[in-house]
Amino acid sequence: MSNNKVIEVEGLTKMFGDFIAVNAITFNVEKGEIFGFLGANGAGKTTAMKMLIGISNPTSGAANVAGFDVFTNAEDIKKNIGYMSQKFALYDDLTVKENITFFGGIYGLSRKKIKEKSTILIEELGLQNVSNQLVGSLPLGWKQKIAFSVALLHNPKIVFLDEPTGGVDPITRRQFWEMIYKAANQGTTIFVTTHYMDEAEYCDRVSIMVNGKIEALNTPKKLKEQFKAKSMNDVFLKLARG
Amino acid sequence: MKRFIGFIKKEFYHIFRDKRSLFILFGMPIAQILLFGFAITNEINNVDIAVLDHSKDATTKEIINKISASKYFSIDQFIEKESDIKSVFKKGKVKAVLNFEKDFSKNLIKENHSNIQVITDATDPNTANTISNYVNAILQNYLREQNKNSTSAYQITPQSRMVFNPELKSVYMFVPGVMTIILMLVSAMMTSISITREKELGTMEILLVSPLKPLQVIIGKVFPYIFLSIINAVVIIILSLFIFKMPVQGSLFLLGLESVLFIITSLALGILISTISATQQTAMMISLMGLMLPVILLSGFIFPVTSMPLPLQIISNIIPAKWFIIIIKAIMLKGVGLQYIWKETLILLGMTVFFIGLSVKKYKIRLE
Amino acid sequence: MLPIIFVMPIIQLLILANAATFDVKNIKFGYVDYDHTTTSRALIEKFNASTYFNVLTNYPTEKFANNAILKGEVDVLITIPSYFERDLQVEKNNNIGVTINAIDGAAAGLENVYVTQIIQSFNKKLKIELMQPSDMQVQSINITTIPSFWYNKTLNYKTFMVPGILVLLVTMITLFLSGMNIVREKEIGTLEQINVTPIKKSQFIIGKLFPFWVIGLGLLTVGLIIAKLVFNVPMIGSLGLMYFYTSIYILVVLGIGLFISNFTDTQQQAMFIAWFFMVIFILMSGLFTPIESMPIWAQYITDFNPIKYFVEVMRMVMLKGSGFVDIIPQLLKTLLYAFIMNGLAVWSYKKTT
Repeated sequence: MSNNKVIEVEGLTKMFGDFIAVNAITFNVEKGEIFGFLGANGAGKTTAMKMLIGISNPTSGAANVAGFDVFTNAEDIKKNIGYMSQKFALYDDLTVKENITFFGGIYGLSRKKIKEKSTILIEELGLQNVSNQLVGSLPLGWKQKIAFSVALLHNPKIVFLDEPTGGVDPITRRQFWEMIYKAANQGTTIFVTTHYMDEAEYCDRVSIMVNGKIEALNTPKKLKEQFKAKSMNDVFLKLARG
Repeated sequence: MKRFIGFIKKEFYHIFRDKRSLFILFGMPIAQILLFGFAITNEINNVDIAVLDHSKDATTKEIINKISASKYFSIDQFIEKESDIKSVFKKGKVKAVLNFEKDFSKNLIKENHSNIQVITDATDPNTANTISNYVNAILQNYLREQNKNSTSAYQITPQSRMVFNPELKSVYMFVPGVMTIILMLVSAMMTSISITREKELGTMEILLVSPLKPLQVIIGKVFPYIFLSIINAVVIIILSLFIFKMPVQGSLFLLGLESVLFIITSLALGILISTISATQQTAMMISLMGLMLPVILLSGFIFPVTSMPLPLQIISNIIPAKWFIIIIKAIMLKGVGLQYIWKETLILLGMTVFFIGLSVKKYKIRLE
Repeated sequence: MLPIIFVMPIIQLLILANAATFDVKNIKFGYVDYDHTTTSRALIEKFNASTYFNVLTNYPTEKFANNAILKGEVDVLITIPSYFERDLQVEKNNNIGVTINAIDGAAAGLENVYVTQIIQSFNKKLKIELMQPSDMQVQSINITTIPSFWYNKTLNYKTFMVPGILVLLVTMITLFLSGMNIVREKEIGTLEQINVTPIKKSQFIIGKLFPFWVIGLGLLTVGLIIAKLVFNVPMIGSLGLMYFYTSIYILVVLGIGLFISNFTDTQQQAMFIAWFFMVIFILMSGLFTPIESMPIWAQYITDFNPIKYFVEVMRMVMLKGSGFVDIIPQLLKTLLYAFIMNGLAVWSYKKTT
């Protein structure tokens, strides 16, 4: 085991009554990796992710995120990760700047640091003209780019993205993935769930969950070979149909 | 702490950006207090009555003058026959008819006795009863003047003293109630809605994933409403002191402390509502339908609790507002200190602890 | 949503009708008797026998009794002085102290009347018992008032409240539903969808509001059945007239709801604003407190309150059997209101979309 593993999961299980939502999943994620976490609706990927980010207690198994145990040190995990959810994550009735200040604040950044970071962020995203506008008035694509930048604000070791590109146009998606690559190059680990199979191709490694179990885990290239498929889409269809 | 202040700042942004809700938040107490202070009263004044005078003699005229001179009644019309009574009642304006018997004066002189029938429209039983009693009181006064010369032997006279509210102003009764309702509305309803809104928008998840502790999130969310509620309480007290000249006989400091306690009780209730409802709509329905009506009706705000059927009297004990209304009345009007209201205070404290305990428990279950 | 629309109002009707009473009963009564004689005991016994007074408590001194008033244990207190019986026999009249907690002014007024009545009837008995042959008999004149309570002989408060509460429920539910419905479509975005279809705006509005109109009348029906079966409220007037008036009245409410939803962006705002006006309308409607007692300016304001007319009409028709002619003034005002509100609603709808 190298020290490069930022997420280590061993037999992680979550039960709701008799129903097994997540069935003894085991996997590792390396530092700086873009890890795709795929599965059909209801396959258990959101539940699994919630356990990793410390807002849902696992029933059994073991998991270590950013060097902390999910059972005992959930609060420490939270300081070291960023999170962006499929439901939109910024406040519509706050301006761009106020949103950045707020989220910087709750992650404990100093006022000076927040100011510095928000100037850079606004410049990089080209938002100078709208930085004092309410977020609610901005197009969805912009909002999601801002939300991602905000999730990176406190330099987390890992960023969890829950279907980050739902409902945005292909150009914005492209730009979004450029941002992801950039963050990964700087050493941030990316853990992303998605429905778009073309996005799965961008990932370093991909896991596919079916009925609470991880049925496949490898690089996209190897997965296609293994399942004798032309695209990730075919891989997914073959697995999901059983 | 810095994180926390940032959080509260954001909460104030939410509140101040929503101008229409803000208007309701501050307009409501002022509108209600003014309405209750100036317009709404459960006393009777200037009730329209009709007179059916079969005698039309000097005595009946004198009595009619007495009645129309009182502030309770104004004579709307004179009618001529019994069958008219029905039609004036059906039009709805006239609430009572005075029916003087034939030969009223003559009977009074010959037999020392005569009769007046007081016919009231008892669709409103309270008004009807009060009218009946007031007419009777005016007549008793009249008789006392007439009988001045004859000694009234072996008579006990009650010397009534109206304490705490000698002028029987109904605003004294309503101000504590309005204050209670406003504090309850702002604290319980607004917090439950603002917490469920974050759930609906998905931002709650983001907050839970952040290093902020769940307890910090909740306290941060409710803190601005404590502040707003206190402003509302102060506005209401100032209005009632200066516009309605309501006294604060007891300690203003104690009144403040008890108000803060009740605000916290309501906030705890708001938090509890937010833990059991997933959407703003549900939170609103629970707070409006489930909270407001019982608070208005069963707290003794308008209707006296002691007159209700026993089951409702028992239910009224679990309504925090009832206890707070008792406390405010005691401090403002009776001028008592904590030694007289420690029991009520303890009950509110107990309820607060209970609501918070239950919320914490529910909250944990949600995270499982 | 369905349970909220039908079950909540029914539960409320059942609870409200029992809770909303200005009756003054079970008065918390206490006394201080410094005299301890047959007469003083007889007087107290009189209070004990009355159905209005409850929980007789004897306090040794006034200090204890005043304390009890402060604690809220006693609302009416009578104090019988020492040598009460002796003075009564010697001086032929005497006073007793009555202390009433007057925070609830209206109740205090009634409590005072009840105390006076009991003492008056005690006086009559007293006269007969204590009258000595030596006492000069002077005839005093007397006028008897004979109360006659029409339409509600037993002064049953429920008879009065149930029609009013019915009004409240019909109004509240239809107002909240219509007010929130269109805002909801705005929020979800389906309103835009409908605006691009060839449907005319008037058709859309009628189509939206018609279900609520039906729900309103349905609520009325359920409420009337409960009023009859559970509370046994008399229904003297014509049912047809009630439905006729209600069907016009609901149009007013729906117009207001639509108007509100045109000026709000979220359901929460719509709800708040609807609630704000609802509270003012209810308080100014004469439902709980009499309009005649309000100052003149406030009475003028109530002329703009649709709920006032509905409350009046329901009580008139149900309890007094008023006919079409009797309610013409209310009916005309309601019709006018319906035209104005729906006109405004349609007008503002066009402007804002």
